[in-house]
Amino acid sequence: MPIHEKSLIRPENLVEHEELVIDGVDVSGHWSTFIEGRSVPDYNEDLQEEIAALGGGENIHRCWQCGSCTNACTVNAINPDFNPRFWIYLIRMGLEEELVRDREIIWQCVSCNKCTYACPRDVNPEGVMKATAHWLELKGYTETKPSMVFDEEFSHQVFETGKIEEAKVLQKFFKRTNQPLTQPWLIQLVSGLVKRFPVFYLMKLGFATVFHPRTRNWDRSRDAIKEYVDERNAEIHKALKLDAKGAD
Amino acid sequence: MAEGKHKKVAYYPGCALEGTGHAYNRSTKAVGKKLGLDLVELENWNCCGAMEVKNVDPKIQTYLSARNLSIAEDMGFDTVMAPCNGCYHNLKKAEYDLEHDGKSVEVNARLSSKAGHTTYEAGKVETIHALDWIKDSVGEEGITERVKNSLKGLKVANYYGCMYTRPRHIFPEKDKGPGSESTSKPHFMDDLLAAAGAENVEYPLKTACCGGAHSLSDSDTSTKLVLNLLETAEACGADVIATECPTCHTGLEMHQVRAEKVLGRKTNVKVLYFTQLLGMAMGLSPNEVGVNENFSDSRDLIKEKGLA
Repeated sequence: MPIHEKSLIRPENLVEHEELVIDGVDVSGHWSTFIEGRSVPDYNEDLQEEIAALGGGENIHRCWQCGSCTNACTVNAINPDFNPRFWIYLIRMGLEEELVRDREIIWQCVSCNKCTYACPRDVNPEGVMKATAHWLELKGYTETKPSMVFDEEFSHQVFETGKIEEAKVLQKFFKRTNQPLTQPWLIQLVSGLVKRFPVFYLMKLGFATVFHPRTRNWDRSRDAIKEYVDERNAEIHKALKLDAKGAD
Repeated sequence: MAEGKHKKVAYYPGCALEGTGHAYNRSTKAVGKKLGLDLVELENWNCCGAMEVKNVDPKIQTYLSARNLSIAEDMGFDTVMAPCNGCYHNLKKAEYDLEHDGKSVEVNARLSSKAGHTTYEAGKVETIHALDWIKDSVGEEGITERVKNSLKGLKVANYYGCMYTRPRHIFPEKDKGPGSESTSKPHFMDDLLAAAGAENVEYPLKTACCGGAHSLSDSDTSTKLVLNLLETAEACGADVIATECPTCHTGLEMHQVRAEKVLGRKTNVKVLYFTQLLGMAMGLSPNEVGVNENFSDSRDLIKEKGLA
């Protein structure tokens, strides 16, 4: 049975008849709606190419569905709905609507690379997960997820200065995701350290506000990166058929 | 075990070692000094892109690492040592991509020439981890000779994390039979700590994931993953988890507290960098290896085991 037909046994496609007798035979109970229309009218024939146009997704066409990625997956062990093999299948079949159903979890890939380690076909499933998460955001199916907010803040700082400053990334990340910096576990963490070594910690905090780490003569690298990023964004917008303003 | 190898190497600490992983920086330098190994910091290095930049664009991540490798080359080094798993992984990945992927070579050449520095080409500089550095320079025998304060009686779970071994293809020197590191069952840290007297426990989660990439953006997942690492270490009888990556280390410390606060699951196993353990075994004081900079408070354990 093709994998996408698991839609037929989803709860909303199951019917329950408490009392159903057909031609004298009692067929009461749960039934899947086998006789529903089974044609898929909304193939996106370009879906695989769209994912392949994004960084990390280039090798998706190589997949032969062995399932090693899902078998090895860290997140799958916590949440069985997190299924890289299934999503790669949907993308290759162009089943966009089916893929979009899982838009709230695809971004949760933790980049442990177990899938890429196990993959016999050099698909780089980890990269495909990142490309797919990015695709969902660019197409407007989801808002920017917390991990992407973090990636953006982090990358922005690297592109601008050549280095990162953890406290600054943290602060911006918490602000953009509307999380307070005063979460009980964070307070306990920091206060434990301050109790033990207040002088060092205060000095470190003081230092960080005066000397921001940065790479010297970074301007030309910054400009070169910026130019490349703009070029790539234009390519991606074209490949995904987004209008010029896009979802950026 | 070629005595004298890596006597003087380029050192790439990376951003984490200047921030939350400062204890790793301090203890790595202190251990190097004790072993008579010279570390020369890369001049004006930049961030390797960690786990984040690649999600914006993998080719830029390659460029960032290539720039650091070009600095090592300009400084006349053929070896660069990175103690952080993230940095180590990214330098290795850049090396691989620049050898095998034409597009990466093209983008790196273009960005490097626009930025006005040497364009790094594959094969010029070898990247090693702090574990390779110690293992290949002084080795287990060298450690044993220098032990002043044996780690005897200390039960250690060695935790290597993800980026040190995966994916296999970017580590061509691993899985090469006896003497080489294994990507499925890494043992370099086990070997070094055993040479310092530690009792390594059989820890099945050596290369499991701590969720470090989403430590803050998907904290609940990270807490679950870390709690599993901590509880398993305790079930294996470990007093302490030895780490060799600042992201793992901080993740374990942070989510140990978070698991207690949010899930009500308390664990007592301590977390120390392997360089801190080696340093103390060689007679350095806990403060000299930055034990007071760790979030995880292991002072009582250190006293109890006679390491202070």
